[in-house]
Amino acid sequence: MEQQVKTNTKSIMKNDIKDFLINNMVTILFVIIGYLGFRFSGLTLPFFVNDLISRVARNGFLVLALIIPVLAGMGLNFAIVLGAMAGQMAIIMVVHWGFVSWQGIILAALIAAPLALIFGYLTGKLLNKTKGQEMITSMILGFFANGIYQFIFLILVGSVIPMNNQDLILSSGVGVRVTVDLANNLRYGLDNIIRLSFPVSLLLVSILFVGVNLYRYINNRKAPKLNYNKTKTIIALVAFSLTTLWSLSIIYSPWLFRSSNILRTNKMFNDITIPIVTFLIIGALCLFNVFITKTKMGQDFRTVGQDMHIAKISGIDANRVRVIAIVISTVLAAWGQIIYLQNLGTLSTYGSHENIGMFSIAAILIGGASVTKATIGQALLGTILFHTIFIVSPLAGRNLFGDAQLGEYFRAFVAYGVIGVSLGMHAWKKQIQSKSLK
Amino acid sequence: MSEKIAVYYKAMGLPRLIITLFFLFLVCVSVILGIPFGGLMTDVVVRLGMHGILVLAMVPAIISGIGLNFGLPLGILCGLIGAIVSIELDLVGFPAFIAAILVALPLAALIGWCYGWLLNKVKGSEMMVATYAGFSAVFLMSIGWMVLPFKSPEITWPMGPGLRTTISLDGRFRDVLNNWGAFNIGSFRFPTGLILFFLLSCFIMWLVLRSKTGIAMKTVGANPNFAVATGLNVDNYRIMGSVLSTILGAVGIIVYSQSYGFLQLYQAPMFMGFAAVAAVLIGGANIKNAKISHVIIGTFLFQGLLVIALPVANTVMTTGSLAEITRLIVTNGIILYALTQVDGGE
Repeated sequence: MEQQVKTNTKSIMKNDIKDFLINNMVTILFVIIGYLGFRFSGLTLPFFVNDLISRVARNGFLVLALIIPVLAGMGLNFAIVLGAMAGQMAIIMVVHWGFVSWQGIILAALIAAPLALIFGYLTGKLLNKTKGQEMITSMILGFFANGIYQFIFLILVGSVIPMNNQDLILSSGVGVRVTVDLANNLRYGLDNIIRLSFPVSLLLVSILFVGVNLYRYINNRKAPKLNYNKTKTIIALVAFSLTTLWSLSIIYSPWLFRSSNILRTNKMFNDITIPIVTFLIIGALCLFNVFITKTKMGQDFRTVGQDMHIAKISGIDANRVRVIAIVISTVLAAWGQIIYLQNLGTLSTYGSHENIGMFSIAAILIGGASVTKATIGQALLGTILFHTIFIVSPLAGRNLFGDAQLGEYFRAFVAYGVIGVSLGMHAWKKQIQSKSLK
Repeated sequence: MSEKIAVYYKAMGLPRLIITLFFLFLVCVSVILGIPFGGLMTDVVVRLGMHGILVLAMVPAIISGIGLNFGLPLGILCGLIGAIVSIELDLVGFPAFIAAILVALPLAALIGWCYGWLLNKVKGSEMMVATYAGFSAVFLMSIGWMVLPFKSPEITWPMGPGLRTTISLDGRFRDVLNNWGAFNIGSFRFPTGLILFFLLSCFIMWLVLRSKTGIAMKTVGANPNFAVATGLNVDNYRIMGSVLSTILGAVGIIVYSQSYGFLQLYQAPMFMGFAAVAAVLIGGANIKNAKISHVIIGTFLFQGLLVIALPVANTVMTTGSLAEITRLIVTNGIILYALTQVDGGE
């Protein structure tokens, strides 16, 4: 009996590797593209890491906001654009009233939440009327809302809505300026609360994860658990131990190394600072996503996502659950946009929100998510990979073809292409499945 | 009487009613404001011919069951390639126009075939996939515009690689259709060639729809299961629909450009599909059904609205881009409305 189990696990492992490669084709491809792009861009590793960390801190929250609607079977929520608009409205108000720093950001988050709640509710109602076509509807809704947003901020503000602020309003007295500078008020409001150097933060995170995995390993020895994956835990243990050593070697490099090259690189690593609070907030959202899947609400999301008919029979109000999923996603997106803008430092009033939906969705898809399945890991990995391509592709384009513009087009092509391809693959799979059922 | 009105209202739908009333309102306002009416009407008619064929491209797609063809940029890109090749060959006037179409046709047929094949693989999510197929094709061709080996100094940047963002058609085939047989009534100028070409395209489409193939295509679109039962090859007719649509998109952009006076490369074609979709929907089409009359009425109303809104908006308030905002709201609002009209199951 035991023998049989062992051979079984062996063949399962072989299949596992094959399945792993097939299921993560997109991700693996982008790891390769990102790596090649990095090589050809000629960037130094510390510079790249610095840029990447700041971009992940900026965008991570928004990408994570996409997960819950996927869970509820509503696909990728292009309507996070509406949440982003709520965030921007709140920021404009806060800037107008003259609040600064993290107080301003908290106020913005408080104002944005009810706005996003209303937008999310309306979006949910609309998506309940267009079941099966949620994604195209939410995308077009984004464009439509953009029209209304422009109507409010270009025409109503200053003429109907009184607002007197030279820094915000166009010189004609009507309409909000095209760019609002956040440098003197909200910029780095969250990021700068606590900043630690890169190796120190890496050390802390690594030690934390070594601890977690060690705990899992020991705990499982005492009492085996069902959802425990031994190889995964051991790989994680080794990997995080290595990063612990690496970060230690950076911190103590003056005592360890003599080569001036290594010393210079490590000095650059030491100069990178990490916005701790921002990452803590992103971490909190991850925990929230885990937590909600374990509640009754999370179960309902999943039931509705799998089969609306069965959900109905088992007494779940599917429409209500779907609305709640979208509302949560929209509110999160509003906060995500505030985090995004406080890092970026300039609000492009009529442009900042436009591409948020598309870029976040491309990111989560690159991470290996699909229309019906998205995890926190995929969201984070996707954000990292997507921004890697964003950082390296103009430089790689210039070095390879002599033109940075080519790289820019390439990354836009990638962003749109990956959405198209993964949506296409999903629809194709569904078609094949329904055929084989017949 | 009131019953009759109710029937008309139901046939028309609320958004169409609003848009028609808004259009009439704008016409009245423009007359009151004293905006020269002849010039305005010329613009409306020119825009009707200009956008008409792009809108017509929606009909075969909708009828064959693909739905709203957001992938129109694919056809548009083929048309642009045709136009550029005709300039590269140094042709002028009607020969240039015809050469552009002749180059674009086989290309569009090929791309349309591949596109149809793709759409057959993704039944049920055609619109989403089509949108992104169109978007990514636009960026792929943006790379293409930079690396394709065109030489004519008229279309390439004086310095650096690649083609210009906008290419002037002055002295090539600008206005060849608009000026053909054009005549004036007061300040109103009728672009005879353009309108004739548009009506001719509509007539050909009408004939195609009445042919055996056309009727089969309609059946496939209306009821795929019934079509299979009668022995029709659903996938083939859908491919035919997308080929026709792509070809019309290619021809449409050439006609559009000759009237506009410029070829717009790079990101310009991205959202052209949306305008065409909105126009046909305003005309009375829905996701399942479209007629030639919908195309004509829809293009006239939608473009008329935009043409008249611009000077009116500029006179009423000097700041802001009210016309652009109207376009955004009307375009996407009508598409949203059409999406909610589809029966979404439970």
